[in-house]
Amino acid sequence: MNPLYNVFLYILIGMCFICLYRVIMGPTIADRMVGIDIMGILVVGITAIIALKTDRMFILDIGIAWIILSFIGTLTLAKYLGRNKLNE
Amino acid sequence: MNETISLILIIIGILFDLFGCLGLLRFPDVYNRLQSATKCVTLGTWCILLGVFAKYGFSAIGIKALVSIPLLFFASTVAAHSLARGAYHYGFPMWEGSVIDDYKEPVATMKQETENTGKPSGFSK
Repeated sequence: MNPLYNVFLYILIGMCFICLYRVIMGPTIADRMVGIDIMGILVVGITAIIALKTDRMFILDIGIAWIILSFIGTLTLAKYLGRNKLNE
Repeated sequence: MNETISLILIIIGILFDLFGCLGLLRFPDVYNRLQSATKCVTLGTWCILLGVFAKYGFSAIGIKALVSIPLLFFASTVAAHSLARGAYHYGFPMWEGSVIDDYKEPVATMKQETENTGKPSGFSK
């Protein structure tokens, strides 16, 4: 196992904290939603690097499920922001 | 050899992620933040997954990484587009240094049509 993988993980987790800063401090609702969306994409990268590190393949499944859940969540909240009815 | 290619791809991806997150931290406006962060972070994660594929080749892990690349691509871009549209319709202000706003005119015409016909036109609200 390459020790560089740990460094990659630390950098990615630090970037997740940047997104959390935007979620907490964001001046508008849309900023917080952008932070959550970007953090969801970063988590997929984290799962990929954990899969590289541990040689387990089921961890990438978590990433795929996370993509779909984050997509649906962001889409729903964006519909709510556009003041649409949810069944349109 | 495969390991080297995978490491290079992952480092490129992490650099893109880092720049995208810096844009999320530093830009003044929700639209600027959205465009910087979404594009850079999507490409960065794309590169990381491609690095996983480069290490394992056509085995189970590699195929899973390869499958999640188009999924991530379409999901994140569509989500970001709809988020920007929703933020615009909600009326969040743009940064005061913004130069051009091309979406103002279509939205105005759509509102006009809605008032004239009495029912909401397809994609305005």
